[in-house]
Amino acid sequence: MKFTLSWLKAYLDTDADLAAIIDAMTLAGLEVEHVHDPREALKQFTVCRIVSAKQHPNADKLQVCQVDTVDGPKEIVCGGLNARPGLVTAYAPIGAYIPGSGITLVPKPVRGVVSNGMLCSGGEMDADEDPFRLRIARFEDWQPRAHALGLTDEQAIADGGIIELPDDLKVGTPVADALGATDPVIDFEVTPNRPDWLGVTGIARDLAAKGVGKFKLPKVDAVKGKFPCPVNVSTHAPGACPVFYGRLIRGVKNGPSPDWMQKRLKAIGINPKNMLVDVTNYLSFDRARPLHVYDAAKLTGGIVARLGAATDSFEALDGKTYSDLSAMCVIADGSGAIGLGGVMGGTSTGVSIDTTDVFIEAAWFDPNRTARTGRATGIISDARYRYERGVDPQSQRDGMELATRLIMETCGGEPSEVVIAGADPAARTPVDFKPRDMARLTGVKMKPARMASILRDLGFDPGKPGAKDESWTVAVPTFRPDVEGSADLVEELIRIEGFDALPDAPLPPLDNERESRVVVTPLQNRVRTTRRVLAARGFLETVTWSFMSREKAALVVGGNGLSDALTIDNPIASDLDYMRPTMLANLAEAAQRNADHGAEDVRLFEAGPVYLSDQPDGQHAQIAAVVRASKARNWSGAVAGYDAYAAKADLFAMLGALDQPGERFQIGPAAGAHWHPGRAGTLKLGPKLTVAAFGELHPGFLKALRVDGPVIALELYLDAIPAAKAKAGKTKPLLDKADLTPIRRDFAFVVEETVSAGDILRAAAKADPKLITAAKVFDVYRGAGVGEGKKSVAIEITIQPRGEALKDAEIEKIAGSVVAAVAKATGGVLRG
Amino acid sequence: MAVIDDLPKIESEAAKAIAAAGDEASLESIRVAELGKKGRVSLLMRELGGMTPEQRTTAGPALNGLKDRLGAAINARKAELEAAAINARLETEREDLTLPPRPEAVGALHPVMQVFEELAAIFADMGFSVAEGPDIEDDFHNFTALNFPAGHPAREMHDTFFLKPDAEGQRKVLRTHTSPVQIRTMMTQAPPIRVIIPGRVYRKDWDATHTPMFHQIEGLMIDKSTHMGHLKTCLTEAFSRFFEVPTAQSRLRPHYFPFTEPSAEMDMRCDRSGGEIKVGEGNDWLEILGCGMVHPNVLRNCNLDPEEYQGFAFGLGVDRLAMLKYGMPDLRPYFEADVDWIKHYGFKPWLLPTVTGGLS
Repeated sequence: MKFTLSWLKAYLDTDADLAAIIDAMTLAGLEVEHVHDPREALKQFTVCRIVSAKQHPNADKLQVCQVDTVDGPKEIVCGGLNARPGLVTAYAPIGAYIPGSGITLVPKPVRGVVSNGMLCSGGEMDADEDPFRLRIARFEDWQPRAHALGLTDEQAIADGGIIELPDDLKVGTPVADALGATDPVIDFEVTPNRPDWLGVTGIARDLAAKGVGKFKLPKVDAVKGKFPCPVNVSTHAPGACPVFYGRLIRGVKNGPSPDWMQKRLKAIGINPKNMLVDVTNYLSFDRARPLHVYDAAKLTGGIVARLGAATDSFEALDGKTYSDLSAMCVIADGSGAIGLGGVMGGTSTGVSIDTTDVFIEAAWFDPNRTARTGRATGIISDARYRYERGVDPQSQRDGMELATRLIMETCGGEPSEVVIAGADPAARTPVDFKPRDMARLTGVKMKPARMASILRDLGFDPGKPGAKDESWTVAVPTFRPDVEGSADLVEELIRIEGFDALPDAPLPPLDNERESRVVVTPLQNRVRTTRRVLAARGFLETVTWSFMSREKAALVVGGNGLSDALTIDNPIASDLDYMRPTMLANLAEAAQRNADHGAEDVRLFEAGPVYLSDQPDGQHAQIAAVVRASKARNWSGAVAGYDAYAAKADLFAMLGALDQPGERFQIGPAAGAHWHPGRAGTLKLGPKLTVAAFGELHPGFLKALRVDGPVIALELYLDAIPAAKAKAGKTKPLLDKADLTPIRRDFAFVVEETVSAGDILRAAAKADPKLITAAKVFDVYRGAGVGEGKKSVAIEITIQPRGEALKDAEIEKIAGSVVAAVAKATGGVLRG
Repeated sequence: MAVIDDLPKIESEAAKAIAAAGDEASLESIRVAELGKKGRVSLLMRELGGMTPEQRTTAGPALNGLKDRLGAAINARKAELEAAAINARLETEREDLTLPPRPEAVGALHPVMQVFEELAAIFADMGFSVAEGPDIEDDFHNFTALNFPAGHPAREMHDTFFLKPDAEGQRKVLRTHTSPVQIRTMMTQAPPIRVIIPGRVYRKDWDATHTPMFHQIEGLMIDKSTHMGHLKTCLTEAFSRFFEVPTAQSRLRPHYFPFTEPSAEMDMRCDRSGGEIKVGEGNDWLEILGCGMVHPNVLRNCNLDPEEYQGFAFGLGVDRLAMLKYGMPDLRPYFEADVDWIKHYGFKPWLLPTVTGGLS
């Protein structure tokens, strides 16, 4: 919402300067976004007079001018076609910043001639060039030069030139004063609860309450109608349009609106058109009171407000035709729909400069329906903006009378009586205000008299305020649809009193057992821990979108696995339309982007959500990582590449940090079609529970993502891991340290290629679970001596004697049981 | 007499030989020649048996002393030779330690996740726990329960992402703020409540200063006596600690949120004169967060009696907060997973924000 300082002061008696007013606005909740002070913005530009203008020696289009300036006589090079002796124009000195062209003036030669300043156009000064008409009016004075340069009249005018100012201005006058552009424009954010701030009077009222000055709003006197209104009005949709005021003014002479109105409208960015249109725009911003005007000669019969139908259509003032107006509030006459109430009028009945009989509408439209209509049609208008937030439901009369007055002052004419269909919506229910809520909710102790005075300043009527402990019945002004309860009035009081009045109040200590509080959930702790494990192991943490493309998601969950419930109806981009079932696609694509920028060893991870359904329990916390490593080169030679086993080690490191030793998990097959079928697996607890997936991603998946492989990945399903066994207390069990030296024995088993090493180890370890404390693979061999389709798996087992040393025969017995167990489980035989 | 008289000569000859010995073998032969069974010194010691007691009292100690000294000299020389041999070997084992170590990838944590943990540490110290909720929300939790009735213009403030409608025409939303978790918390947990709520939020907006997904943190405190003074003191303290400035000043400005009443925005004093923002000093104000007293309608929607329970809520964008503290100039790279950016702006994995060890 924009307004000018002088406009505000029409309703606010104050000596406060601009800075004080902006400050008061900010502290009253009117958040100032931008202040344009033209005097400040134009302070570098002053009026000057060109004494002589000679052709530049080296450039046809340039002239070298001798200019009388505030800094004395100056030689200035100018490209403006209209630069000529005697012209009064704008001067910028060396060092000035020219906002329109973004340059700062330096004494640099222009084609060999130094220019000691600049003569400016309105555009270069970023100023509204009001005297543009002067340049046109005096076209004959500079037309010869344009013709001499071979330009047509059109080209010359379009080419522009420096600003032309009235001849009687004194050299050195600020250009701002010369243009009459001295009124600061303030732009602020109107929060949706305050439709009254969409009018300057509403702003003035709050600032007065805030102590900036005195609010003055003259009473609007009715204009006596001279004849009954010949246009009949009715409303058939009392919900959508409960009241419709109408009045005809006949015999008006439409034309430009008065200068003061044009200035105000232009200052806030509205182009004046003609009085009948301007007056509706003006009252929209002056009083937050939208109106509509019709050319009565174009109306067919009476006007009715009704709910629209699918068959309705009309051409709106934006030039577009809107059809199917079902459920919208339509304004219609005998010809059909001629407007959408509270949103936009139609071209068929619009006023023009030739309008002589004008019909004024001051109605009230339901905010919700207006908002729905606005959204459905996409029409953006100042009327819609106000009606959907809530226009004062009792402002029809004043709006009508003000419009009548303003129109008659400028256009003359004879007013009819006001015709009213329906009735103004009722006043709001008074609020039951409990003064003690002030201290209860804010901690501020305020005297009842002060409360009453603030409320009155804001237009509320606290009646005769009672004691502090009693409830007050406070009447709410009709322009405040936001106020419905005691807390709302507390907000008004503290807003005007100022938040500086809040007491300093440290939080009281919690009364529950503070010492043992853990403030994060076990799942949050898993996220924290595993993130740090991966980062410590060389991974960079990323945050990628929670969405991805539906097509790519199908590669992971399968085409039948896609769900509309996870499809975004209005995505920000067509390839971000599905809630991700995995983070791996985003991570792999990110890895590729980095590789494209020359990164050689990319290790990325993300801890975040994936979505398997739209229910709260369909969102799962995962940590996932990808590695896209090029072959690491090092002078020492042996640097292991990152492969599925490295991913497994990283998974085990995270699980270990969560007190979940990796060995307790079984290795299952790859988790889906996006994994390499042979080089990827899962970690499982039993046949049903999968807690992690790891390995190489499927080349087909990577190709669809346009990622060059191989890419190794892992994902850990943090919320699937069972809780670690709860311990009774914090004490750890005593360390059971063996005092005897462990014995290690090696075995090499020849097995079929399909036998997995994990099965061999598990069988070996189970051969004597008490004494065998570890079993590990130290070699896998295929080739000569082993046989086709077979491999030799060499394992080392650790036997930990307890209590007394083992005799040779006992050790041999254990070794024998290992061989037997492995043979039984896998068919493996000792390699000869 | 002859025995003792010979000793100095023997000692000096042996000492010379020991010093001259160039390896362990020659040292051993000296030992055998002097101290072996048939060595010179051993043979002289045998003669002690034939001496008079008087002779023995002088010759005995002299001979024993000689034996000990020669033994020690041989051992010392042996150690010398060993050390020299080791040194000679080590001289051949020189490495060029200017060569780089074997490569190890260096990891880092994302700044926004780190800032979440910093805030959790600060608010944990004030008695707040961490709560979370789903990203895919229903209309009730994201809007209606938060006092955004259907058709309310405040809904237009949020550019909402909608999921495809179900068979009944109901459509879920991607939560536009973390506030629905306030509702979930109040509906499942009895006051007193002190929680902070970090999380991802979504709005359909993508330009230089907006991304369609970003991060918020929300706070909620409900009991029977918390008022706006507590709100101001708590948040001023918390954000002074966050920015790690001792003298931070804040101000509240009235604002509007449907779910709080009174509502405010909090600014912190800052200095913009140097081209970058310094929080805690200067004459300017920097908007940090939105806050207010929980609206009576919101309490009612959560089955809490607003006459009995009251409290405050606040919420803020964490990405921007991280930018302010750590000087990232642009929001968009947060979500681009660029390795250079993460290495530069990220945090070491062992830098755990704590109240005791410091936040950053």
